[in-house]
Amino acid sequence: MSSWRRLHVKARTGGFLSSTPVTPRHTRLRGPFMPCQSLSTGRSLRKGFIKDLENQLSEMKKKAVDALPGSSWSPVLINPNLPPERADIVIVGGGVIGWSIAYWLKQKERVRGGLRVIVVERDPTYSRASTVLSAGGIRQQFSLLENIHLSLASADFMRNINDHLFVLKEDPVDLQFNHSGYMFLANEQVAHIMEENYRTQRSAGAEVSLLSPTQVKEKFPWINTDGVALASYGLENEGWFDPWSLLNAFRRKAVSMGVVQCCGEVTGFKYKTNVVNSVDGEQMFIRRIQSVKVQMPNSLEYQPVECAIVVNAAGAFSGKLAEMLGIGSSPEDSIAGIPLPVEPRKRYIYVVHCPDGPGLDTPFLIDYSGVYFRREGLGGNYITGTSPEEDEEPDTSNLDVDHEFFVDKVWPSLAHRVPAFEKLKVTSAWAGFYDYNTFDQNGIIGVHPLINNMYFATGFSGHGLQQSPAVGRGVAELILDGNFRTLDLSGLSFRRILTQEPMLERNIV
Amino acid sequence: MTRPPVHTRLLLYLTQHFYDVEMLLTWMFNRKRTGIQKKNAYLGYAASLYGPQVAAAHFILTLKGGLRFKNQSDWFRANTKGKFSWDFVNYKDVQIEEIDLSNTMVNYRGLENLDTQRSLRTLSLKGCPEVDDWFLARLHVFQDSLEELDISHCPHITTGGLAALRNLKGLKRLDVSSLPRIQSPGLVVILLEDMLPKCDIVATGYDYSFVQEDEESKVQHMQGQSA
Ligand SMILES: Cc1cc2nc3c(=O)[nH]c(=O)nc-3n(C[C@H](O)[C@H](O)[C@H](O)COP(=O)(O)OP(=O)(O)OC[C@H]3O[C@@H](n4cnc5c(N)ncnc54)[C@H](O)[C@@H]3O)c2cc1C
Repeated sequence: MSSWRRLHVKARTGGFLSSTPVTPRHTRLRGPFMPCQSLSTGRSLRKGFIKDLENQLSEMKKKAVDALPGSSWSPVLINPNLPPERADIVIVGGGVIGWSIAYWLKQKERVRGGLRVIVVERDPTYSRASTVLSAGGIRQQFSLLENIHLSLASADFMRNINDHLFVLKEDPVDLQFNHSGYMFLANEQVAHIMEENYRTQRSAGAEVSLLSPTQVKEKFPWINTDGVALASYGLENEGWFDPWSLLNAFRRKAVSMGVVQCCGEVTGFKYKTNVVNSVDGEQMFIRRIQSVKVQMPNSLEYQPVECAIVVNAAGAFSGKLAEMLGIGSSPEDSIAGIPLPVEPRKRYIYVVHCPDGPGLDTPFLIDYSGVYFRREGLGGNYITGTSPEEDEEPDTSNLDVDHEFFVDKVWPSLAHRVPAFEKLKVTSAWAGFYDYNTFDQNGIIGVHPLINNMYFATGFSGHGLQQSPAVGRGVAELILDGNFRTLDLSGLSFRRILTQEPMLERNIV
Repeated sequence: MTRPPVHTRLLLYLTQHFYDVEMLLTWMFNRKRTGIQKKNAYLGYAASLYGPQVAAAHFILTLKGGLRFKNQSDWFRANTKGKFSWDFVNYKDVQIEEIDLSNTMVNYRGLENLDTQRSLRTLSLKGCPEVDDWFLARLHVFQDSLEELDISHCPHITTGGLAALRNLKGLKRLDVSSLPRIQSPGLVVILLEDMLPKCDIVATGYDYSFVQEDEESKVQHMQGQSA
């Protein structure tokens, strides 16, 4: 997280901040250029009154809430004390997925305050959370319809983000969205896959175009097209944004709607087990969680929270959470023996500075070698990285960065593709954990067959941030309506893991 | 003891019922949004009956904008009261070449009504309070024809949206004057000129007094490189 922040500061303080727009702009804007709206004085008086009202309102609200007897439900601050003893829904993990689900649950509740939702997060600084350590990209260039639809729906959500996440009396949400698109480059061996993917994407409504190497060169003279047979280029709804802003916007809205955030670690569950005989005579143990054990930070104290439903949104560590319920601990050939196939995998992101690098129209470029890069700010900074080979996965006990990895695995391909990058300086770097689904690298959404009140939303392996708005909505529908209402995500359920039918992306990398 | 003025007493009363008032404010906010959305609704029915040209023209005129058909010299415009002549229905088969939506409430949703105007050469969105980066990103639908674009004085546009103009390679003139949310206009204009080399970029209404610092940071960059 810290590197992300630093990055922003760096990019912005390049000496350009001191410019201020000239003052007459304001008068002009408010003047004749504005549509007739603000012309009548009566309206502006009324507006002043409403402003006053809003100001007083929030203060009064604070006081009133403080004054309420025994209100452990204070929606204002992180509760440093024990979480409430009872809740309807406990969401484990306060990353972007967790908070999105919390928001959608509240959004869909029928009676105001009808649902008691708490979000348990062990690290309020988010120092190891994938969300804030990600590259912030959103694209529709996938091969699976589920992924394309999820991402389209999320783009739609982000376009109207202030209709969804605006909080009265607070600043509007600004995602700092860069509409620069993604561009994938394919070589001859994989060009046919790219064409197929392109057709799927277009049929799903994504605005993607195919480019020949000549067209690529024309558009982006700084690319070396050696080895490129085909490129696909997103025209709309693709780019990157600030993950913090999205996370905070979800959290702020959810809290304003009454979700309680609670700082602590879920270390165990209390559950009841029922024995059921399956059709082929196998004994199955169906569990039902009764309470969640929340360990308080820096103390031995813990609080059981009784609840009806638990949502596992613990990201890279959701596999651990599932283990606590005995998933994957039985002999391998039974259902209970199949673990949740999600584990942390470390990925590095390097920030490089290259004053002669490509400019404002630089897309999020993904080369067939697997190396990607994108612009970061306007001051000649870029971020870049690649995934390691399966047998060279780095150790996940810490978040240290391997700088040799850049020199050996990233830079050669990067400089080959964009010769300007032959001269560059690595100015900083960070590492984050993918919530890596070892089975098929796609999200797992839905209830576990053996634990009938735990819902999963995890395993997004490198595209969870961009899918979070639509995933949150899907999970809320599943919980409150009993089924998917808007997007059918049943293909992403746990079932495919039991039947061993992976939903693999047909990637070109 | 004097009673506080009515205004304050009313406020006091209302704040004691803050949930209701909050609901009311939220409702007012939503109503305003719905109003704008309604104005920008897709006129699919009109399009299917009279063709996309007529639907587009009707949409533009109800927003109090103006338009000019191809090979015509006269503009269609609504008068100050929002009334307009219906003669445009005679141009069912003529493409629209120029659209002036300056100072209107057009938004992303409304753009759908104009999608089919693939001969559009000039578009003015000057001072549109609802035009944002997502709107600019959608302009790629005009990428084969658009030559002039005016997005000056739009309060929501940021650099992240200007990057979306990358698709409009045929632009000859782009007005980005007085965009309040552009933080380093000098640099942004240079980057825009790089991105759209054939385009004349107009950017007035900014204070460029930072130029010197710009030079300084360039020197720093170069030092960084040699280090
Ligand atoms: C380097 C990198 C680049 C990426 N780039 C992109 C990208 O460009 N686009 C994209 O869409 N996605 C990207 N991703 C993936 C994306 O970041 C993740 O898929 C997404 O953030 C997952 O969100 P989450 O909320 O599930 O996980 P997290 O953000 O990790 O949140 C989970 C939270 O759960 C908490 N937690 C875990 N266990 C417990 C427990 N027992 N008790 C209490 N709390 C617990 C953790 O502290 C954590 O805060 C990238 C990821 C990485 C690492």
